[in-house]
Amino acid sequence: MEIDINLSQFHDIFFEESFEGIEIMESQLLNLSPGTADKEIINTIFRAAHSIKGSAGTFGFSEISDFTHKMETVLDKMRNDVLEINQQLISLLLSAVDSLNNMLISHREAKPYDATLIENVSAQLEKLAPHPGADTPPAKQESSQDSKQAATTEQRWRIGFFPYEKLFYSGNDPLRLIRELQTLGEFAIKAEVDNLPDFDDLDVHNCYLGWRMQIQGQITREQIEEVFAWVEGDCKLEITREIERRSPEDRRKSPGQSGRRKTDTEHRSIRVSTEKIDNLLNLVGELVITQSILNRVCNDLGMDSSDKFLACLEQLERNTRELQEQTMSIRMLPVDKTFQRIPRIVHDLSIAQGKQVNVEFSGETTELDKTVLEKIGDPLVHLVRNALDHGIETPDIRVSKGKPEQGTIKINASHEGGHVILRISDDGNGINSDKLLATAIEKSLVAEGVELSESQIQNMIFLPGLSTSNEVSDISGRGVGMDVVKRNISDLGGTVDVWSEQGVGSTFTIRLPLTLAILDGQVVRVGRQIFIMPLHSIKETLIFNQSDTNTVAAKVELYKYRDEYVPLIRLTELFNIEPETSADHPELIVVFDIGDKHIGIVVDDVIGQQQVVIKSLENNYKSVPGLTGATVLGDGSVALILDVLGLATQHKETGNRATTA
Amino acid sequence: MAQILLVDDSISMREMVSFTLKEAGHDVIEAEDGIQALDVVQNNAFNLVITDVNMPNMDGIILTSKLRQIDSFKFTPILILTTETSDARKQDGKAAGATGWIEKPFDPDSLLSTVDRVL
Repeated sequence: MEIDINLSQFHDIFFEESFEGIEIMESQLLNLSPGTADKEIINTIFRAAHSIKGSAGTFGFSEISDFTHKMETVLDKMRNDVLEINQQLISLLLSAVDSLNNMLISHREAKPYDATLIENVSAQLEKLAPHPGADTPPAKQESSQDSKQAATTEQRWRIGFFPYEKLFYSGNDPLRLIRELQTLGEFAIKAEVDNLPDFDDLDVHNCYLGWRMQIQGQITREQIEEVFAWVEGDCKLEITREIERRSPEDRRKSPGQSGRRKTDTEHRSIRVSTEKIDNLLNLVGELVITQSILNRVCNDLGMDSSDKFLACLEQLERNTRELQEQTMSIRMLPVDKTFQRIPRIVHDLSIAQGKQVNVEFSGETTELDKTVLEKIGDPLVHLVRNALDHGIETPDIRVSKGKPEQGTIKINASHEGGHVILRISDDGNGINSDKLLATAIEKSLVAEGVELSESQIQNMIFLPGLSTSNEVSDISGRGVGMDVVKRNISDLGGTVDVWSEQGVGSTFTIRLPLTLAILDGQVVRVGRQIFIMPLHSIKETLIFNQSDTNTVAAKVELYKYRDEYVPLIRLTELFNIEPETSADHPELIVVFDIGDKHIGIVVDDVIGQQQVVIKSLENNYKSVPGLTGATVLGDGSVALILDVLGLATQHKETGNRATTA
Repeated sequence: MAQILLVDDSISMREMVSFTLKEAGHDVIEAEDGIQALDVVQNNAFNLVITDVNMPNMDGIILTSKLRQIDSFKFTPILILTTETSDARKQDGKAAGATGWIEKPFDPDSLLSTVDRVL
């Protein structure tokens, strides 16, 4: 049967699967310890390589399959104790994994790759496990055509085929072989029944017959042997050539049917472009807005007196919310994908720095929005590099401090409220607060003599232009500072904090929103303007009491909140809003939690809570400091969403300027 | 048209083989490894089993010998998918009771012609 199938439709899956295989190989290689041939680990790596080899060949990437074949040979020698496992070998295999990764990426993106690099690794692999004769197995892609290529001259063959009794037990059937042979040329057959037992002794599952056959045509010995290849050990086979005749005659073609039937392929999962999901998400967002408009219209038209209608509306609201949650969950992925990059980085870096470091992960199944996940990778890697570079000490120093030789970096992901928390902790040297403070003062990032808590000093590590390490290493000092880490995380609507104890270690805590598309908002009014505040960071709302305020350094207004003074932000000043005139209406203060600090925002009224769909200002207008975006409210009006974190930073800067002035 | 059990841990290979067989009008049930395959055969009858060799949990060779111990699979054709150019694995497969093999890499046409041989 001839069937036309485009193999490129499977390429995406092949690449994805191969990248997974690469991750497995990499992580398992990192688990190998020099000197011990852990068969389980080597087998896992072998299987991953083997699987890539097989599929790569089938999908037409022969150089990938050749390359993995070389890796496989080396791995085979490792598991058979022919090759000793040392750091050098592990490093070579790691660079082979890198090369493989590069080849796959360039094939996926249809770009050329650096062949010299790959050849270099390939040559090193081959040196460890030389191939006798041909270095690569011949491509069998065309095997069916090759073998059917007829001999140029007419041949006549005699074949004796005498199966052993148990032939059927291998699932083979003499009839099948005979039929296949028949398709090769002119055919004659005679059964031998000499071995047939008496009827009483006959076992229907045994094969007692033998056959003598004659076949004529442009047929090679290989063609005949191929027909019998599967029954080689299960029968007595004699193939002899009779005479040669020179008369090329059209070989009878096998009756080929080209009837094609389309059948639906079943899928347990389907691949969809993120664009489609985002469009869906956006549409669901519009639906949520329409829903709230509908609620309002219902009130306005006095239809809220109809129980039936209200029940209907409630049902619709429930459905809408569920639809929204389900749609959002499509974009959620477990964080372990992001974690997978880390062991390799730690491995390479600890070798380069002569340190011994162990990485421990927990909470890998915690889910996060795809975009957040993609963007958190770099900051996370930077923090890990930083921990290794500046935190963890060399083994001799660690021992002298009474710590174990091997340092530990722990990475944990967890859910807390509406947030995902990532913690990166190390048991290294911690942050030297005195040095940090001195540097900050020296660079005029903070005024001298200002009372600062230990935590405030430690968090200055995120200030732009502040590097704690005296020597600039090529690892952390790649022109990306901790301020960039912090900014990247803020861009995602998250926060990052550090807590450190000198000599004991540091913990960086990243707090991220679950999604970027939807926000649980507090609707407030300032003057005649409506704002949305992120509900999750609101600590509480207070009635403004003039006697609790304290204005310091010109314009910085502080408000006594419990045992501390929190800075107050007035949106009327910030956004030039005309303040409400009626004096009898008391102002309110919304207190926000920002990391371990608080900040208060003065508003005229708190209207209610509402889930809002964030519309980007950047895409539709331009980015405005202090605002994360805008949204459409139930009555169709536009409200601005406050970027509280941004406001706080902005305020602190003006505050600092005011205090230093 | 035949009912075929396809056992392979590689999704891409499974999809490709499955798609090809379905295009040719066959019914395909997929399993990811030997253990899953043994589970599937408890409630399904098959005209043909196609299995990869290298798989986690239970490989194709062990699966083949286990299937041969099941009455309804005594004479069922079992084809092993193998990348080995060396004959060792093929012989292991034969010894375990495999009918024959399909060598990787293969194209859809050669897959179908091999399948047609045993059906």
